[in-house]
Amino acid sequence: MTAPVLQVCGLTVEFATRRGVARVLEDVALEIDRGQTLGVVGESGCGKSVTALAVMRLIASPPGRIVGGQVLFDGRDLLALPEREMRRVRGNRVSMIFQEPMTSLNPAYTVGDQIGETLRLHEGLSRREALARTVAMLDAVGIPAPAQRVHEYPHQFSGGMRQRVMIAMALACKPDVLIADEPTTALDVTVQAQIFDLISELRERTGTAVMLITHDMGAVAEMCDRVAVMYAGRVVETGPVRAILGDPLHPYTRGLIACAPGRRTVAPGQMLEEIPGTVPSLLERGAGCLFADRCAQAQPRCRQALPAPTVLPDGRAVQCWLHAEAA
Amino acid sequence: MSADKALPRGAAAPQAAVPGPGSPVSDAPALLRVRDLHVHFPLGGGLFGPRRVVKAVDGVSFDVRRGSTFGIVGESGSGKSTTALAVMRLVKITSGTVHLGTAEIGALEGAALQRERHRFQMVFQDPYASLNPRKRAGDAILDALNLMNVGEPGQRPARARELFLQTGLRPEQLQLFPHQFSGGQRQRIVLARALAARPELVVCDEPVSALDVAIQAQMLNLMLRLQRDFGLTYLFISHDLGVVRHVCDEVAVMYLGRIVERAGRDALFAQPLHPYTRALWSAAPSFDPDARSRRGRIRLQGDPPSPLAVPKGCRFAGRCPHAQAACKEAEPPLREVAPGHAVACHRVGEAGQVLY
Repeated sequence: MTAPVLQVCGLTVEFATRRGVARVLEDVALEIDRGQTLGVVGESGCGKSVTALAVMRLIASPPGRIVGGQVLFDGRDLLALPEREMRRVRGNRVSMIFQEPMTSLNPAYTVGDQIGETLRLHEGLSRREALARTVAMLDAVGIPAPAQRVHEYPHQFSGGMRQRVMIAMALACKPDVLIADEPTTALDVTVQAQIFDLISELRERTGTAVMLITHDMGAVAEMCDRVAVMYAGRVVETGPVRAILGDPLHPYTRGLIACAPGRRTVAPGQMLEEIPGTVPSLLERGAGCLFADRCAQAQPRCRQALPAPTVLPDGRAVQCWLHAEAA
Repeated sequence: MSADKALPRGAAAPQAAVPGPGSPVSDAPALLRVRDLHVHFPLGGGLFGPRRVVKAVDGVSFDVRRGSTFGIVGESGSGKSTTALAVMRLVKITSGTVHLGTAEIGALEGAALQRERHRFQMVFQDPYASLNPRKRAGDAILDALNLMNVGEPGQRPARARELFLQTGLRPEQLQLFPHQFSGGQRQRIVLARALAARPELVVCDEPVSALDVAIQAQMLNLMLRLQRDFGLTYLFISHDLGVVRHVCDEVAVMYLGRIVERAGRDALFAQPLHPYTRALWSAAPSFDPDARSRRGRIRLQGDPPSPLAVPKGCRFAGRCPHAQAACKEAEPPLREVAPGHAVACHRVGEAGQVLY
């Protein structure tokens, strides 16, 4: 086993709000190997996007603050780098694509200028060299007539094509890690399939590790090797996709999978399994498990303390009292 | 909220009489009949050259049986939402008829339309945009009751409480403002308001698309339960095939303003005939990591064409992996190839045999 290219440990992030300090990430641990895809899945507010932003050091401060933890990229702690050095990593070694491509592209510049800027900045290419590389990148992500389209503006592209431009920009410097935050949520399902194929194909070709943030278990099954399930700012279960989708251990993971409609195991028209209630407030976390109030199997001790994560032989880890004794 | 349990679960007497999802509804009479519906939007024109027309809905016909759920799926620009708006009389119908029972709601105007409105109501995708932020939740419901003149004025507050209980909200929440509710709860308010006038038809445009999956399950269960208890008929618009498969009895697939395939849920998901339906099914992520081999997958190239420039012949031919020269010449009609299963494709035979 080689060392993971990206390793997050103990990551804790707080945001100051009018009603107090919300701890939106607590002790988050993740790792991705080269050429692998890690899915980070959970409901809105579970901290999956904040995790990505913390890795990129893009959390606005104030109100946000990284309170503790490490983000080890190739053994170096990104959180300890001076901003000037971080700028050399960001968009170069570790890059990111976002959900809404139109808001991430600058409408006043051609797509060629925007992708080329990355290359000139990070790789010191000349304008002409950057243009040639950009055309090749657009071609690689499946944009027809790239030599013409490189001179067009974002509004001249469709939603799917814009996301391809974003991917081309993110991959321009052949990053070691690509973070994709809900890259297909705004797209139609046939276009989503094209984008997923493209990301998988590029990953296989370049060995880039991918961190795919999504709320869609179907996308996880489709794309990922490993998955981390987040709830209220913590990773509650992580492991190989097959193990987790086939035999989820944490009651939250189980609920998340069971409540999705359209799986072959649910008869149409029958009641879906529900996770009762809604996500808790992050302002008062307490010492126990934050899922306890919604958990059918909660015991008194769940509200008092969290067990240490249990690591199983199949490579997964789960943080739940139900599985704490097993180890 | 788990207050759903306030509903009389299974206690409702009409359960046997009202066909719920999953039961055969084919013999129930049609509540909604849409025939040859066209909705065209004129665009620009005048100073900047010739007038152009967006043919958002271009000849759509379907029946929705009483007590059933009819789903329309399609991608952006397919015309599914415009169809819903036309049925609701919220956009101008260019031509075609819309019957609700015996009333031709497509032709009603003014006061006559207003009088029928209580029979058909709508739930939109974004519950926050559908509620006035300055109005208490209870008042939003009272307004609907007053507007449609439902029951005696003195009874209306009690009716609002009843609606809140039926949709899994607590009566004391009637005093709260929309921002004090979660997204799922807001969609419950919108549903309660839609049900205020005891409508026969509820048109739902992506009602759960903005909700997290756990909340989505709560909402879908609520909708199914209300349908069973009150014999509601749903016209259900969604891009999410999993959701459609779960709640709909019959499904129409739309592409660029037309229905390309229409069938009962089981037939459509087990045996899709139109190449577009197949592509759509095969693009949907599967929950089974072992089923993700890229082989045998249909991948469409490019994006759907603009409804401004609808191509000649079959609208899907430009992206269809099985198109032949004939497909680009004549537009295939939607024809029934098996009982209840209709498809518009030149490459499907008379008896539904796939010729590609």
